Order: sequence, then structure tokens, then C-alpha cells
Amino acid sequence: MASREKELSALTQTSDPPRGQLSELLGRLVYPFRRGKPPEPRPPTGFYTDTTVCIGCKACEVACKQWNQLPSDGFNWSGNSYDNTTELSATTWRHVKFIEQFSAEVPSGLATLDTLSNEQALNRWLMMSDHCKHCLAAPCHQACPTGAIIQNEFENVYIQADICNGCSCCVAACPFGVITRSDLGGHSHKCTLCYDRQRDGLEPACAKACPTKSIHFGPIEELREQARKRVEELHQRGVPQAYLYGDVPTETYSEMHSFYLLVDRPSVYGLPDSPFNPWLHMMGDYVRSVAGGLAAIAVLLLVVFLLKP
Amino acid sequence: MPGLGASFGRGAATNYQQDMANSDCILFMGSNMAEAQPVGFRWPMVAKERGATLIHVDPRFTRMSAVCDLYVGIRSGSDIAFLGGLVNYVLTNDRWFHEYVLAYTNASTIIDEGFQDTEDLAGLFSGFDQQHKSYDSREGNWGYEEPGNGGQEQQDVSGSEQANSAKDPHGQQGHARDGSGKPYVSPYKDMTIAQRDPTLQHPHCIMQILRRHFARYTPEVVSQVCGCKPEEFVRVAELLCTNSGRERTTCIAYALGWTQHTTGVQIIRTAGILQLLLGNMGRPGGGIMALRGHSTIQGATDISTLYDSLPGYLPQPVAHDPANEDLSCYIEYGRMPTGYWANFSKFIVSLLKAWYGDAATPENDFGFSWVPRVDGDYSQLAYFDRMAKGGVKGYFLAGQNPAGGGPNANVHRAGLRNLEWLVVLDWFETESAVFWKDDPNGPSSSQVGTEVFFIPAAAAQEKEGSLTNTQRLIQWHRKAIDPSGDCRSDAWFFYNLGKRLKQLYAGSTDPKDQALLNLTWDYDYDEQPRLPDGTLSRIEGEPELEKVLMEINGHRLDEIDPRTGQSRLVSGYSELKDDGTTACGCWVYSGVFPEPGRNRADERKITDNPVQPEWGFAWPNNVRVLYNRASADPEGRPWSERKKLVWWDAEKRRWVGPDKPDFELEKPPDYQPAPGATGMAAIAGTQPFITKADGLGWLYSPSTKDGPLPTHYEPIESPLGNLLYPKHNTSPMVRFFDGPLNQISHTPTPEYPVVATTFRLTEHYLSGPMSRFNSWLNELQPEMFAELSFELAAERGIVHGGWMTIQTPRGRIEARAMVTRRLRPFVIEGRVVHQIGLPFHWAFAGESVGSNANDLTALLADPNVSMHESKAFTCQVQAGRLEGPTPPPTVPTAPWPTLDPIPDTPASAQPEGRLGHGK
Repeated sequence: MASREKELSALTQTSDPPRGQLSELLGRLVYPFRRGKPPEPRPPTGFYTDTTVCIGCKACEVACKQWNQLPSDGFNWSGNSYDNTTELSATTWRHVKFIEQFSAEVPSGLATLDTLSNEQALNRWLMMSDHCKHCLAAPCHQACPTGAIIQNEFENVYIQADICNGCSCCVAACPFGVITRSDLGGHSHKCTLCYDRQRDGLEPACAKACPTKSIHFGPIEELREQARKRVEELHQRGVPQAYLYGDVPTETYSEMHSFYLLVDRPSVYGLPDSPFNPWLHMMGDYVRSVAGGLAAIAVLLLVVFLLKP
Repeated sequence: MPGLGASFGRGAATNYQQDMANSDCILFMGSNMAEAQPVGFRWPMVAKERGATLIHVDPRFTRMSAVCDLYVGIRSGSDIAFLGGLVNYVLTNDRWFHEYVLAYTNASTIIDEGFQDTEDLAGLFSGFDQQHKSYDSREGNWGYEEPGNGGQEQQDVSGSEQANSAKDPHGQQGHARDGSGKPYVSPYKDMTIAQRDPTLQHPHCIMQILRRHFARYTPEVVSQVCGCKPEEFVRVAELLCTNSGRERTTCIAYALGWTQHTTGVQIIRTAGILQLLLGNMGRPGGGIMALRGHSTIQGATDISTLYDSLPGYLPQPVAHDPANEDLSCYIEYGRMPTGYWANFSKFIVSLLKAWYGDAATPENDFGFSWVPRVDGDYSQLAYFDRMAKGGVKGYFLAGQNPAGGGPNANVHRAGLRNLEWLVVLDWFETESAVFWKDDPNGPSSSQVGTEVFFIPAAAAQEKEGSLTNTQRLIQWHRKAIDPSGDCRSDAWFFYNLGKRLKQLYAGSTDPKDQALLNLTWDYDYDEQPRLPDGTLSRIEGEPELEKVLMEINGHRLDEIDPRTGQSRLVSGYSELKDDGTTACGCWVYSGVFPEPGRNRADERKITDNPVQPEWGFAWPNNVRVLYNRASADPEGRPWSERKKLVWWDAEKRRWVGPDKPDFELEKPPDYQPAPGATGMAAIAGTQPFITKADGLGWLYSPSTKDGPLPTHYEPIESPLGNLLYPKHNTSPMVRFFDGPLNQISHTPTPEYPVVATTFRLTEHYLSGPMSRFNSWLNELQPEMFAELSFELAAERGIVHGGWMTIQTPRGRIEARAMVTRRLRPFVIEGRVVHQIGLPFHWAFAGESVGSNANDLTALLADPNVSMHESKAFTCQVQAGRLEGPTPPPTVPTAPWPTLDPIPDTPASAQPEGRLGHGK
């Protein structure tokens, strides 16, 4: 990768040719009707996040904000462990979660020699770098009425902000709460899986910045294989609770192009235990609405004809 | 790092960070590497993925504890008790590496009968001078038993006691002048005449002294002093023992959690003893990693920004001292008869030739009289104490922020207020630049007389130069772009300042001006430099730093390189001479620029060699693992196939291996020095610690001022007495700086019952001069908080997320309460002791501001390196806020990044996060 960056930095920087007002206006009018050549499909890529080696340094958050030039969300001390980012949003595409898991009972009273000497050893502080799951069958993609959300040539879910009309259907559809709508421009935004960097042959900024290789980026099949090996290894080393989340489809949800290695229930990390694609409600909903409509008409006809004086 | 120098010879981390991946077990203590050095922490994580055990011993459960296999909580300031317990465990259970210890350490050396241990004298070693509060190592008989009559006769040679100083880079040389006016005296000079008992049975041999000294540090005592459970301690001890030996190695990593104590040097010494006993020194995956708090702090001591040493750890000559009158006396006192420091004269003469060029001649002692002499203690703490008392006129601050980050920052600000002028070179207006107007605790600006000159500095990407990191690796960085506006590199500033000073004094015949006038100061570019994109740099007068690096590397003045038409560059320090035909600006760095156009610090070649010798240049001589002769057994064979690094190739008759041998290449393992041999010839083929005069690792080291063996003392401020030595609560040699701003709570008192420690968060850098001006970092940790346990919170009525105040005799601050199970009270000597943690990142300048933890810490100095004790002090905590007006909430001041497109960039290359799209 480093050599690729060197190659790219050797390219001369250009800027768009200057345009007059009229040509600018014309360009804007014509632009929506132009159809370029669709890009060739490329091997699907994704993220595999190994939470067991995450040290919660938040380098991924900063790298993401810097590369994508996202503004800070204000300075709010949350008191929730070291997590002052609190959630993913239109301006925060990476979010490191901190989960303090210590002995079940929280000491309420004063410390005494008895309580302290009987105390169990300290337990765990889980950290997890969260972001868009880039689902293979993405509910946001399915819900988008304008076609702003697409699956790009890397099979990543990508929002084209200039086509988004700000209806927020995607916000409601996402079972992970990844997308929000920005008040600044009124569009929805989320992780692009560094589409721009990928097209230039670079790995995403967060994966590049991760010092402990908790965030892996690459062709999705290779990642899955690597992750399964790691889970087996952990099982052998006495971490039987390690498992992968999102690497295979379930009855209610497709596989995800960014999946996680976790060591506790998904809900502990703030993820749905069994994610459900709202699309699956649709068949029933359609049947029910058609049946309901027919029933309503039948009742209406009944009223009109039978009760006719 | 005299702790390492005193034990092994060189004051530097012994291994490299990537080598931590080869460890079978890593003990992190006094370090929070995952949070403070997250990038280097990649390698311990690789070790963990390969099955190594990571152990964290710390007062707080941190992000690092979270990824370690075992966490043991101990009270701040009890490290020597814990480590001493480990030493005792290794000795009493016979878990030490017999062959290694016998061959490579001074365990068998016999110490003078008159030496008395702290166990004999209830907490003091022999030789303590009550009046001066210091040790006299000769009076105390700390020296070796010598054949003949008790062996003090060599002391008759006038002044020879000082000679020992040079043998340890950072040894007693570090901060030699402690204000007492009395330089430290070492007990002996010639190591070769020491007597040994290979059976280790002699009652005065070091092994027996060691056993007696640590005998009382049992798991139960450790538990009572540290607050951990005995079984937790035993588990750590067992893990270290089972992961050391022929087949396995353990690494110990520490950082400022060890150094920032009044016993810091001795804590590191204890780790040195432990690693020598376990046979982990000089071996892959072993060693002691000193993790540094700044990016080039190793370079700062190598090239010497310390007041009392010259580049390459040569001692700074002392004023009014006959021993430093002329060059021959200085060399006589500085050189060692045996070991690598026998070459002392070559290093100093080459340095003088580098500095004074043609003006340095044998007739004028190579200009030795021009070298400034030290006449007092100019270490930071002592200097600021003097400044606060009105003894300093002007000051330059380059990239440092004492008004925010100095221990007891009140004193530092009071010092700055007393100056006539102050020059601050920095990126932003830090606390040290705005203390005269924005200090909430200070007087109004009309009452401050200091004239502050703020010089905008260039960032690392805007200048070229080098960094020497924690593993002695010198890495060059090139300039990417010109700095904006009037910003200039620090090198530009000081180079041009020097030029102007030379101009001002030009033509002077006053002898005292000759030092400045004769200084070689010609580093101009031959032609205007170009930026990477090929355009000419806009900056005028920038010095060419590769010329400085070449001067540091050294030249043969009597040979001309046909390629350049100038003096030939030397290939390493073995080429240096003391007749004035070589010049070298820092002998330990020699070899970094061995030929024209080959800047080895700038090399970035990845090879098949796991040591990666072609990535940068490590001093000395590109050795990556110091003392690596010890990775082979006395016969020169690797201890095991798994842990081989450097070994003797009998066919080639030389030492070979992936790393560069830290030993004379062709000296066979069976080499024995002839009687009376000097220099390197006196080092046997089985003695890996070549900068020690006897070539051995020192379990017992008389070169630290506060005793030859580490002893547990409580921190100066502690809620407890010293369980082991009740008569001596604290280290007897600590220096205090009395004054109304710097009051100390000397004895345990119910007024200040809570132990406090300062710590660092990943999200901010030191006192925040680089991070608290960046909204992306500020949003991650926006506010000052204090970590405390549920139990303490319940006791004081403090609620999570609410406010609390913390008070010490020096000040009172407020912070948000982070009540967490990650901190827990300790049971110590049968009572409950609470501890809190305070991040030290906030102060009153910048985009996010808050109370400063360093307004609470004390100004006091340990005897060896003048280090303060911010990692353990006592305080009182209460619920609520400070009285007076509430400071305004912190808000982002820079509306950045903007929503406008980035200029001169095509639309397709604009960043994705332009939220204003379509506006």
C-alpha cells in the first residue's frame, strides 16, 4: 500500500477548468440526464473487525473524520466510560464503543475490609469500533425511493448525496441505527467504505490507521476465512465465547460486508441479537393491505346495496 | 535513564519494539503502552496473537489492562516492593538462570566487608552523611573487595573517584550537580582487580548480599504493601519464571509510571536485577523496554539537551574544579582503563574538532577551555524554582509548555512571570505563551512584567530532520511542504540566531568570545532546496540539516573523498582518533552517514532479515538488541534454536546472526584478557556488557547515588508509613524546593488520605499543546475528569457525572467525576486506602480548557536525575465545584473543516464528507 501511496503522490494535482456562469448552469441542467458507463464489477470488499485486539484508541474515528473532512460534533463529556462520541451519525461514520463489565453487583455502601477481601477479580472492558455494516441486502438500499443509495462495484452500500432528497426512509429502515440525516445539507450520510480511496487502490482510512490491526480490510471471502481461523484459534486458547457476527446470512438477515468478532452477546455491544430486515414484513404487509382494502370495499358495497331503502 | 545505565552500561531501551512480538511473556508495569504508545503496541498484540501472555500491573485498570491476560492492581508508589518480591521469589525458589547469572553478571563479585545493607541499618546503607543528606560511597565501603589490604589504595590517586562517571552513559553523570556543590563520588575505578567466588557462597559476594537484602519481600509482605492479593503476586511470579530460560524469554516494559517517582531510578534497577537473574537480557523477546513520553526524547539525551552532559554522554566539565582545568585532566578523570570507555579521549577530541574546526589544535587543547562549564543545577525543576525566586532573566521555550505541564505548574507560571523576556516557539498560543493574561489563578496582566515573543513554529511535515525513538532508532523525515506565513522550523530559528550572534561579536578579541566566534556554523544550502513537487522552497536561510548529520557522523580530516572533494566521512566510531585528525559531533551516532549521499537514517528498506537492519539506523553501530552477545551461551552457541540471535561461527572465526553483534566481531568466546590488559582487550570473550568496565551486568551497582541496591521507600506524600523500614518512610536523598507555592505534606495525615496519580489518555498529547487545539481530538475527550471507585464516591457523596474537587497543599481543582469499577480501593496494612486517577491534559489555553492536574503535583527531585513524583501524591476529595464564577463551557473555536469545496481540487476529488452539498 505504501508504494501505491507514493505512486499517487507523484501525480500532478489538477483542478476543474474554469467555467462561465452560463456553462455552469447548462452543465447542471444536462448532468442528471447524462449516463456514463457503469464501472466494471470488482471483487467484493469489506471489513472484518476483531474486537479482541481493539485498544480503544479511536485512531479510526479521527482518520475517518480527517479523510472525509467531517466536522466535530461538539464537546460533550458523556460520562459513559471513554465513549464521548456516543453514536454513529451523518457526521460520525466510525464510533468506538466502550463497555465496562465488572463484577455483577455494584458496591453501594462504604468499603469495608470484608467487602474488599471477598471481592472477585476485575473482569472486562470491551471495546469495539462500530460503523456501517454494508449489508448484502441492505434495508436502506431497499427503502430508498430516489435511487440515491446504491451498491457500488465493490458491493459496498454507498449514498449519493447529490441524489438524496432527504426523505429519511433509510434512517428508519436501518436496524443498526447507522444512518442519520444531516441538518447542514439535509441529506443522509454514512460510511462510504472509503469508495474514493478504494477506486485509487488504497485501503480505507480507518483500517490504515488502526495500530493493532483490529480493523481488517480486503476481499470479503479472504476476510471470512481469516476470521474463522482466528475464532478457532481463540477457542483453542480458552476463549470459547468468541464468535463472528454477520459473516453468514440468517433467516431474517443477509450477510454483512463488515462483520465482527465478538466475545459476548451482540446486545452487549449495542447490536441487535437477531437483526431483522424490514423488507421481510413487506409481503405480509402487502397481502394485509390488499385484503384489507378488498374487505373495506366489500363492506362498503354491502352497506350501499343491502341497506338501500 | 541511569536505572538502565547503572545495571547494563547504556541508558537506553535494550530491545526494539518490533522485538516484543518475539516475547513469550511481557510484563507491563508503570506503563500504559496501549494508551500512550498505541502504534508500538501493535507488537505486543502480535505476541499475544502468537500465544504470549501479557501482564499489566498498575494502580488503574486501563485500556491496556483490558487487552492483557492478567491484571494486578497495586497502589501507586509500591513498585519496588512488588519487583523486590519477584526478585526474592526467583532466588528463594531457585528459579534463576544459573549458567547465565554465573557467566554474565557480577553475582560472584565480593564486596568490601565494611559494606552494610539497609537490612543491617534499618533502612539506610552504610556511608550516609546525615548533614548533607547524601551517601559517600567510599565511606560506606560500597566498593569491591580487592586482593591485599582492604583495597582503598587506588583512591589516593587524586580525583580518580570521578573517573567512574563516564562508564555509564547517564550514570551518575546524569545531573551530577544537584545543588549540594558536591559532585557524586564513585567508590572505585578499576574493576579488574575484584575478587570473585564462583560458588556464590562467600557471605560478601553479591549473590548473598542480594539474597539477604530481598529476603523480607515475601508474597505476604508484597500484598501488605502493594494491596494486591498474595496469590495474584505469585501468579505473576510464576508466569515470569516459566517464560524465562533457555527456550523462552520475558520482556519488561515500563514508562513514566516508573520514572516519575522519587525512587524511579531504583525501580528500574530492580527490573534490571530481575531480568539479569532470569537471563532475559541481550536476547530476542527479552530485555527492558523503556517507553518514552515524547517522540525524540531519546535523541534529546543522546545529542544532549541535558545541562550536564555533552553529546554522546560525555560529561559536561564542571567549573572551578581542578579535574576539569584542562583537557588532559578531563580525559584522565573521564576515561576508564577497561571496557569501551577506554576510548574516551577519542570521543572528546573528535567532538571538539567538530565544534571548533581548524581553531581546535593540539596546542590550545583543541579548544577545551571554550566549552562552557557547569556551575550549578540547571535541571528543569531546580531552574524553575530559581526562576520563581527571581534568579533568571530570560528564557527560550521551543515546543515545551511548563505553564501547563510542569510539575506544580503554579511554580512554573510564577517563574515565567518573573522573567524579563520569554521566547516561545510553538504551533499555537499555549499556556506558556498566554500565562500573562489568561491564567485564572494568576495576577492581572498589568502586573506581569514579562515580555513574551511568540514565534510561530513549523510542523514536522514542514521541515526536515530526524527523530530518535524509544528503541534508539534514528529516522529521517523529509519536508513535504513549506510552512505557511512566518512559521519557521526550530532549526531555522536557532541557526539564524547563532549567525546573528556571531555577527555581533565579529572581530572581538576578548577570550570569552572566542568560543562563539570559533564555533563551526556553516550549514547553508549550496543551492536553494526544492520541495517534493519540484518547486523551489520559499523559505530563505533554512540550514541544510544533512550537513549537521554529517558533522554528527564524523569526518577524517586528513583524507579527501574524491567524490566530494571534501574530508572523507567516517564509517563508524571505531575510526575516531584523539590526535585531531578526526571530527565527530556525537560518537554514538557515528555511522549514520557513512558515505556521501547515504543517509542511513533515511533508509526504509524492508528485507527478509526479521531485525530489519536497513530501516533507519540504530545507535550504537546499528545494533538493534543491546548486549546481544548474551543471546549465546558462554561458548558462543545460541541458548536455544528458538531464541537465537547472535552466535560464534567457529569456521568464519566471527560473531554472526541477523542482528549486528554488540561485541568485537572477531573476539572468540574463549578469549581471556592478559593480566593488566586495558581497553577492550580487558573484556573477556564471555563478557557481553562491554560498556561496563568488567563487562558484566550489575546486580549490585554502586553507581546510583541513593544506594547500590533498590529499597522500598514510600512516596514523599503517602497515607502510610514504610512497613519495611519504619524509621525511614521516604527516600533519604530527595531534594525539596521550599516555598509558599510548593508545600509538601511530609508525613501521613488524615487531611490528605487519598492517593492520587496522574495519567495520560490516548486522545490527548501531554499538556495538550498539540491536541487541545484540534476539534477532532477535543470531541473525543472534551473535559477534565477524575477517576474514582464506587466506594470512595459513596463515602464522599460524589455522584457519577457530577462535580468533585481535589485538593493538595499546592492547590485545589475541580473535575467531573468518573465513578468506575476500574478503580478499586486497596487493603493495605489492614486498612482501606483509596486511590484516584487524574488525566493531566487540560489547562487554560486552547479550544478545550479545564482544571490542570499539574496544579496539584509537587516540585521535588529524586537524587539521580532530578525527576519529580507526579505518579504518587496524596490529596483530599470532596463533592461539588470550586467557589467563584463558573468558567464558560468549552466550545469549538475554529469552524473547521469548512463546508466549502477544497480549492484547486476537482469536484471528483473532493472529500465525501461535504455535508453542505447542494447548499
